[in-house]
Amino acid sequence: MTATKNNALASAERAVELIGGDLTEKSLRLHLEGLPGVDAVGLEARAVSLGTRSIKTTSKAWALDKIIELIDLTTLEGADTPGKVRSLVAKAMTPDAGDLSTPRVAAVCVYGDMVADAVAALGSAHSAGRDDGINVAAVATAFPSGRASLAVKLVDTTDAVSAGADEIDMVIDRGAFLAGHYGRVFDQIVAVKEACRRDDGTYAHLKVILETGELTTYDNVRRASWLAILAGGDFIKTSTGKVAPAATLPVTLLMLQVVGDWYRLTGEKIGVKPAGGIRTSKDAIKYLVTVAETVGEEWLQPHLFRFGASSLLNDVLLQRQKLSTGRYSGPDYVTMD
Amino acid sequence: MSFLDYAPAPESTAILNLRENYGLFIGGEFVEGHGTPFSTISPATEKHIAQIANADASDVDAAVAAARRAYDRTWSKMSGSDRGKYLFRIARLVQERARELAVAESLDNGKPIKESRDVDIPLVAAWFFYYAGWADKLDYAGLGPAPRALGVAAQVIPWNFPLLMLAWKIAPALAAGNTVVIKPAETTPLTALIFAEILQQADLPPGVVNIITGAGDTGQALVNHTDVNKVAFTGSTAVGRAIARSTAGSGKKLTLELGGKAANIVFDDAPIDQAIEGIVNGIFFNQGHVCCAGSRLLVQENIHDEVVSRLKSRMSTLRVGDPLDKNTDVGAINSRAQLDRIRELSNVGVDEGAERWSPACELPDAGFWFAPTIFTGVSTSHRIARDEIFGPVLSILTFRTPAEAIAKANNTPYGLSAGIWSDKGSRILGVADKLRAGVVWANTFNQFDPSSPFGGYKESGYGREGGRHGLTAYLESSGWTAPALTKGARK
Amino acid sequence: MSHLTVPKTFKLYIGGKFPRSESGRVYEVVTAKGAFLANAAKASRKDARDAVVAARSAVSGWAGATGYNRGQVLYRIAELLEGRRAQFVDEIRRSEGVSESAASAQVDAAIDVWVWYAGWADKYVQVAGNGNPVSGPYFNVSTPEATGVVAIIAPQESSLLGLVSVIAPALVSGNTVVVIASEASPLSAISLGEVLATSDVPGGVVNILTGSAAEIAPWLASHADVNALDLAGAGDLDWVDLQIAAAETLKRVLPPEVGIAAPSVERVTFFTETKTVWHTKGLI
Repeated sequence: MTATKNNALASAERAVELIGGDLTEKSLRLHLEGLPGVDAVGLEARAVSLGTRSIKTTSKAWALDKIIELIDLTTLEGADTPGKVRSLVAKAMTPDAGDLSTPRVAAVCVYGDMVADAVAALGSAHSAGRDDGINVAAVATAFPSGRASLAVKLVDTTDAVSAGADEIDMVIDRGAFLAGHYGRVFDQIVAVKEACRRDDGTYAHLKVILETGELTTYDNVRRASWLAILAGGDFIKTSTGKVAPAATLPVTLLMLQVVGDWYRLTGEKIGVKPAGGIRTSKDAIKYLVTVAETVGEEWLQPHLFRFGASSLLNDVLLQRQKLSTGRYSGPDYVTMD
Repeated sequence: MSFLDYAPAPESTAILNLRENYGLFIGGEFVEGHGTPFSTISPATEKHIAQIANADASDVDAAVAAARRAYDRTWSKMSGSDRGKYLFRIARLVQERARELAVAESLDNGKPIKESRDVDIPLVAAWFFYYAGWADKLDYAGLGPAPRALGVAAQVIPWNFPLLMLAWKIAPALAAGNTVVIKPAETTPLTALIFAEILQQADLPPGVVNIITGAGDTGQALVNHTDVNKVAFTGSTAVGRAIARSTAGSGKKLTLELGGKAANIVFDDAPIDQAIEGIVNGIFFNQGHVCCAGSRLLVQENIHDEVVSRLKSRMSTLRVGDPLDKNTDVGAINSRAQLDRIRELSNVGVDEGAERWSPACELPDAGFWFAPTIFTGVSTSHRIARDEIFGPVLSILTFRTPAEAIAKANNTPYGLSAGIWSDKGSRILGVADKLRAGVVWANTFNQFDPSSPFGGYKESGYGREGGRHGLTAYLESSGWTAPALTKGARK
Repeated sequence: MSHLTVPKTFKLYIGGKFPRSESGRVYEVVTAKGAFLANAAKASRKDARDAVVAARSAVSGWAGATGYNRGQVLYRIAELLEGRRAQFVDEIRRSEGVSESAASAQVDAAIDVWVWYAGWADKYVQVAGNGNPVSGPYFNVSTPEATGVVAIIAPQESSLLGLVSVIAPALVSGNTVVVIASEASPLSAISLGEVLATSDVPGGVVNILTGSAAEIAPWLASHADVNALDLAGAGDLDWVDLQIAAAETLKRVLPPEVGIAAPSVERVTFFTETKTVWHTKGLI
């Protein structure tokens, strides 16, 4: 049996700060394996308990609008066409044509090679570096499987950034993670973060998809969350949406706890994005409650929390319509995207 | 607007169908009591809910006589499977009227509707379901073939889980073939009286269960009644002692479920976020009005500061307020007397030199309220480390080694429950082995189930409730040469 | 020339040793016909106090031993009883005034009772404990364990069988015992002490006091470091007062019996506490 290779890792500021200058596969591994464990029964019970909060009347109205403002409206199909992307963008800009008080979503999320279409369709609604407006998020790094060479993953990233993506949703190498090659996973994230650098020196925001459904255990999710933050991620994201289970409340709670721990340790705020499987307003509201009661309300802003969703938006609109008209609405009164 | 100031989400009381006056439930009917009636109030608002009858000695006689008659003529002659069917009916009716019972419980007791709805009432139904199935299987209870019922059981229950404590008492007693006279606590009679209506709906033979409301003297008269074969009491250790004395030599079988000062032990390898939840649940669930509450936190010294810091953050999201609001986490203290006691002991804690902390809490003007509180810097010699406060007050002590944790945990006359938090299975089982406590929770706390025996070591009482063991408390073996000397209670 | 006997001094059996009473007192033990048999130590409250101390310090070792181990130790005691039958038969004959065959029958019965209880040491947990099928992701098991120190007033009429019938069941689960022997017939009790001292029973597991139950029992009943009280032989005493005194510390109390109870596992489990352990169960 060969000794574990003790390679020095690509430098990432946070990791060096926390673990020390002698940042190697071994030191990273020791750190990750020294993190506190997670009791699944207790974690899931806490999630259920947060889900029993009763959000009514004014709180509900506020919550519904907030959910919309936090949505990354998503289409990630092999069959995506420029027409489909245009339609999605139109929906992102005007979620409810019958109620123009409806807020806009935070971003649209598309495959890297559709970024140009999304940017064109947004026109002046594209944030393009401004604080207001709608962002374009691109999945990259051989999404969803992540099974390609690093070189291919980096080109996937730089292509999307050059096409105008404001945010990159990358996937980690789950195979490497499950094989215990944390250093390789780390180095890839660092490289992708560097690939997000634009010519003017600004960076596209990096969301790191852990694919929690493949990591399976909560202990792995905790370790992967820390790893992604140490390597320079701006957001940690649960899932690609292509593997079940995708986002769950307990897993998101856990990731919020990590983010809270990082904040407690460094004062820096990292974002969290649950993606996939959140279809109803009722569920989304549970997530808002979980965020507020775990890390605080200031995380309920687009630069710190997103929902990766497609059908959620229409359910929120139906609820919004009920609140404003007093009667139940139906699918004919919300538009397809 | 702060999202965390959730808009009011009240559970409506419209579902209730309360009477203005309740009588005593004897022989299957509501009859007038001969003592001075008293009022039951909502501890959240101090408003009157209903007028409650007060059973005097003659009423206690009548109730015991009704139970005896029902035992002799009906219940002891009935097959186990028929007894079981009555219990199944009761379980179903509790489920059907679950919402109503939960609202009534929160109104009368002060506990959050979230708890009465999600914990108390479901467990009540479960308790009746579980024991219903035992009624015709007593041969398998572990006392040999054909064990015998004891006769008439006198039962006195506390105010902290009113309907649940009633279920813990009545279900096994009936399954085993006994009849019952039960006295609910003075401040929380309401759900017991609604339960009496359920018994009528179930068509339970009159006298099998008799519910007599009253205060301490009613309970005393009941427990000391000469025609009672079994006494079961849940309440304070002081009263338990008095009952053990007064029933000495009477031949009555006695089980007691008394106080506690449980240690919740957190090791440095605990799953930390879940341990914080466990600490919070352990002492703030039901406002800490729990005999098995984790009222002493024993935290490994090397993680003390981190645990306290996280605990304070977590406590800041606890919502104290209207028990009938679905978002309330901590409700009202059950009575002024209890509130005074909590305040007094908290002042003692400060005087003893411990450091007191509560999150900022807006408490309503009317009603009985106490903010969740922790004391740090507590030592084993402090009163707040030994005396049961029975409120939302946590005493935090440290330990260095597993042996020291065990020694501190066991260093008390109580022995009801304990919690262990660690990621290491061998340590959990090793420590569990050494804890002198009747219920040990590992990486969890305050879990209850009708199949799981509950009860204490030492001054936390004797006997178990729940499970097969809970059943045997109401039976005697046909085979065992039972002790034959008594001062004389007939069978 | 006939052999001049060397009469035995009957002392207490405490902490594995045979001390005289610290009070220095003795009392006359006579035959059924009133002839002098021996001077037995008359235990004082301080002897009782010392016995409880010895019993308490022996609990962790005895209760901490495996059931298998305790079973073997208890079985060995039966072996030694068998080896000493003649001595026990003789003492019973002289003390109770019964025939050789009656005394022999009592010794037989005592040995058989002891063997019966010895076999329970590694089994009573299986009969009295069980897993509980709770409705949640928890491993949940209830197990009886020793209650601690048990004070026993042995049946007063029988020298050996009554004594054995109350001591053995308490020992099965790991309790340690302070027993007040029959006042009128204490000799077998002290001989039993000799058997215990030469067996593998650790000192302090069984402590035998001879003397007046009426004088000693109240001190044991009120003692805060005694966990349970067996009033089997207390029928002629003010036993209700003893039970009331025991209530102060919530001792587990078995009321008096008429005669000698038949062996039962209930007598084993009465002196146990049921501990229920919950543990979360998860895959992820």
